[in-house]
Amino acid sequence: MTKVTTNLLYSKDHEWVLQLGGNRVRIGISDYAQNQLGDIVFVENPDSDDEVTANETMGTIESVKTASEIYSPVSGTVVSVNEALGDEPEMINEQPYEAGWLIEVEMSNPEELESLLNDGAYQEFVRKGDV
Amino acid sequence: MVEYNDLIFEISRSGRVGSSLPESDVNKVDLQDKFPKHLIRDIPAELPEVSELQLVRHYTALSNKNHGIDNGFYPLGSCTMKYNPKINEDVARLEGFSRIHPYQPAETAQGALQLLYELQEELAVITGMDAVTLQPSAGAQGEWTGLMMVKAYLKEKGETRTKVLVPDSAHGTNPASATVAGFQTVTIPSNENGLVDVEELKKHVDHDTAALMLTNPNTLGLFEKEIVEIAKVVHEAGGLLYYDGANANAILGKTTPGKMGFDIVHLNLHKTFTTPHGGGGPGAGPVGVKKKLIPYLPVPRIEKDEDKYVIDFNQPLSIGRVKGYYGNFGILVRAYTYIRTMGPEGLRQVSESAVLHANYLRKKLEPYFEAPYSQICKHEFVLSGSKQKKLGVRTLDMAKRLLDFGYHPPTIYFPLNVEECLMIEPTETESKETMDAFADVMIQIAKEVENNPDVVLESPHTTVIGRLDEVQAARQPILRYTKEEAVEIDKEIVKS
Amino acid sequence: MTATYRYLPDTKQDQEEMLAFLDISSVDELFEDIPPEIRLKGELNIPDAIPEPQLMKKMHKLASQNKNANEYPIFLGAGTYDHYIPSVVNHMISRSEFYTAYTPYQPEISQGELQAIFEFQTMVCELTGMDVANSSMYDGFTSLAEAASLAVASTRRSKVLVSKAVHPESRAILNTVAGGPGYTVEEINLAGDCTDLESLQAQIDKDTAAVIVQYPNFFGSIEDLAEIKNIADTTGALFIVSANPLSLAQLQAPGKLGADIVVGDMQPLGIPMSFGGPHCGYFAVTKKFMRKVPGRIVGQTADEQGKRGFVLTLQAREQHIRRDKASSNICSNQALNALASSICMTALGKQGIRDMAQLNIEKADYMAKRLQEKGFVVANEAPFFNEFVVDLPRPVKEVNTKLLEQGIIGGFDLGNDYGFDHQMLIAVTEQRTKEEIDQFINVLEASVNG
Repeated sequence: MTKVTTNLLYSKDHEWVLQLGGNRVRIGISDYAQNQLGDIVFVENPDSDDEVTANETMGTIESVKTASEIYSPVSGTVVSVNEALGDEPEMINEQPYEAGWLIEVEMSNPEELESLLNDGAYQEFVRKGDV
Repeated sequence: MVEYNDLIFEISRSGRVGSSLPESDVNKVDLQDKFPKHLIRDIPAELPEVSELQLVRHYTALSNKNHGIDNGFYPLGSCTMKYNPKINEDVARLEGFSRIHPYQPAETAQGALQLLYELQEELAVITGMDAVTLQPSAGAQGEWTGLMMVKAYLKEKGETRTKVLVPDSAHGTNPASATVAGFQTVTIPSNENGLVDVEELKKHVDHDTAALMLTNPNTLGLFEKEIVEIAKVVHEAGGLLYYDGANANAILGKTTPGKMGFDIVHLNLHKTFTTPHGGGGPGAGPVGVKKKLIPYLPVPRIEKDEDKYVIDFNQPLSIGRVKGYYGNFGILVRAYTYIRTMGPEGLRQVSESAVLHANYLRKKLEPYFEAPYSQICKHEFVLSGSKQKKLGVRTLDMAKRLLDFGYHPPTIYFPLNVEECLMIEPTETESKETMDAFADVMIQIAKEVENNPDVVLESPHTTVIGRLDEVQAARQPILRYTKEEAVEIDKEIVKS
Repeated sequence: MTATYRYLPDTKQDQEEMLAFLDISSVDELFEDIPPEIRLKGELNIPDAIPEPQLMKKMHKLASQNKNANEYPIFLGAGTYDHYIPSVVNHMISRSEFYTAYTPYQPEISQGELQAIFEFQTMVCELTGMDVANSSMYDGFTSLAEAASLAVASTRRSKVLVSKAVHPESRAILNTVAGGPGYTVEEINLAGDCTDLESLQAQIDKDTAAVIVQYPNFFGSIEDLAEIKNIADTTGALFIVSANPLSLAQLQAPGKLGADIVVGDMQPLGIPMSFGGPHCGYFAVTKKFMRKVPGRIVGQTADEQGKRGFVLTLQAREQHIRRDKASSNICSNQALNALASSICMTALGKQGIRDMAQLNIEKADYMAKRLQEKGFVVANEAPFFNEFVVDLPRPVKEVNTKLLEQGIIGGFDLGNDYGFDHQMLIAVTEQRTKEEIDQFINVLEASVNG
């Protein structure tokens, strides 16, 4: 059973978004996604101050035998990057919703959140295997 | 026997030497007088210091931890691990080949140029092309060279086409080469018979199609029977056909990419033409083209001017240079020697035996493994470990189990469109007894999966080292030896 | 099937048994899936097979039509050099466990190759002063082009600046490679025998991904890497240095002078000239670019018992995983030549490689000074390693013909690539004796005076 967390929104590319107040959000990948990837060995995040665009590549996650693009669920400016992943990428496997977060973004278009899925809808999306 | 696990740096002792340089017969130079201080090396490079015998023992010990074709069967699909003839090695080491300089005057290198010229001509015959460049150093570089020619050809025609089509079973270098040549890749799904789906192809071929890249026989070891139709579809849309020669070992003297309708071909001399793989290279990936593409071939070209062989740079439409000098000459010498050894009849027999062997082994193994494409194959075939996966044993585990019997495993998990794939290429140089023995072991492993899976899951049991932690290797990479780290590790061992 | 071949083991009986097992009567049935209209009718139109003894004779004859460096003292360099290769190198790389193996995909039975590459990577890091080196590239020239592509990809800028004092073949290949993704290659002019720093300063801008120089440069001169690094830093361009690894035994490591990427060819260390290939490119970077490096990389790890072992690692960079998202399509390396080079570096050792580099410096210095004493002009203003340029009163081509008549292979004619057809680039390695150098100078004197 894939874990989801109720206070988050999800994209169909398996990223989650946590609203931190104002236009600031935190972004990570879902438990389902980390499970599919297997042991994560490296994350390439954008840098602080980089612009990200909804549904476009913002970085890459590597496991031993795969490299997957991370698609940003929202548009905006990167305001914080989880530097701890540099030494401990396995945090994404171990705590995808907590210590394994990727970046924080100041959104330029908060309406984009409306197109994301809530936990129930994401759960359903994953269950259907429509991925 | 005592295990030897040292790095060359760990057996180094200050003051030992393993070579003998002459004394200087000219005046000494003080570096401080000649070079600015900041450009003089301050800390010497920490190269090892060992005697010649220590060096020999070290590398001999390493070689003993390595499996080559000479050690045993190596049915690595798509890699054509056939016997590497010894005469080829002797010839490449003749001083007239190994100690000549690429820039010495052409008139002092006529033997080398003649060899290159004749090899170009013969590879053109073998592939059914009109001209060949020997410059590319490997298959991947050949692919990129070919695609750059496609680009130049289209440009000259005033066209900009952006798409290169590859089947879903293609090797990773095909799409990667398309990208580095500046094209976008479109993946064409295979049909249920493992072949290019012509109807699906038609949907993707249009005025933006620059080329279709194909191996034939394809990566599943199956001949693309509809190749003539495929070529027609691509050509009618104004695109070109690129032949990836990875599987050319199946067709020597039987057909040619030229006859199939291809415009560009690369060959892997380290596969089909017996030059050694060397543990990963050097190889050679000559590229042949049809007449309309000759002007775009890389410079320089080796040509014959009456009875002289010349190096020609005057090719205004050429894509330019792709590799230093004239390609991997030493490898080309080996391939030339091989072609001379075999002749036309011999090369045809190579493919006939390669295909016979693959079919023989296929039929022996099919009752024990899932065979997604059970039909006549060419020089290789694929099986799936899906049956075994249901029992909790993956193809990787079976591959590791093979190591216990002294075999190099087949290619695994490639092509990507076959679940738990095992891709097996016995080659023509293996004897029937070897294939029979290998088949017996494969069958034994299939039975072990049913009756005693742990022996497979825990394998290999007989190798110098067990399965290695690849996750750790990629998370915290240690990519070089340092004294400090070695000391740290020693401390940890003492502690534990 | 009729004639027998020593590489094909099937007996008539083997064939019959296999055909019977397949329930067919002839091998031809296995080729029926090839449409008849594209089958070859007769045999391939290539020369007939030759038995081994005759073939060996034929190949000896072909080889003897080339003048080789053992018989003709050679003063050609320009990227490929006639150096001492300890006998032990050829013996060790001739162990077929090494040369008949494929890329080490199965680490349990490839520890020898993997460890050898790990040691090679270490030696390259030591010489270049860099953090990370890969398992090798096709050659130094293509390695340089890959470095430029890496710089363009990682800086997301679209222009590279390359000095005209970089090997002409490097620049030619760089231009071909750049044509793929479509980035711009601009050349930096020369100021005498070195890169013109004023031009560099004028050309460098915010869109410059990298500045590329050679060390020693094509004319043998030692560029001041520290100054070039300062200029590269003004706009955040990466600094790429192509270096002769032998020279690094005595010259300051580029890594210590600020290089981001160091490339070059290991040919001077243990690899025969072989008419230009196969040689062995190397590729080294600072830690920052570790996961952007093209090609295979070997890393150290451990098995379940904690025993040290080696594997191919950081594979998620590579074409077999990234496919069309990969930044390089390279799939092989020059493993056997990297091995040759490691063995040569091991044989030479920490002091030996310095001695060898020093011999090169001294022989070249001797020859240049002798030429100057005889009234020739040495064009290098900067200090040089084992190569330098001499001005000749006659076209180089003519002089080289005279030298050849006297059994000497002369230097490189700068006419073709630079238009300086009266300038000869001369390489003097440790292989050249004082006697050979003196003889060269005698012939040179006679030929320009006569």
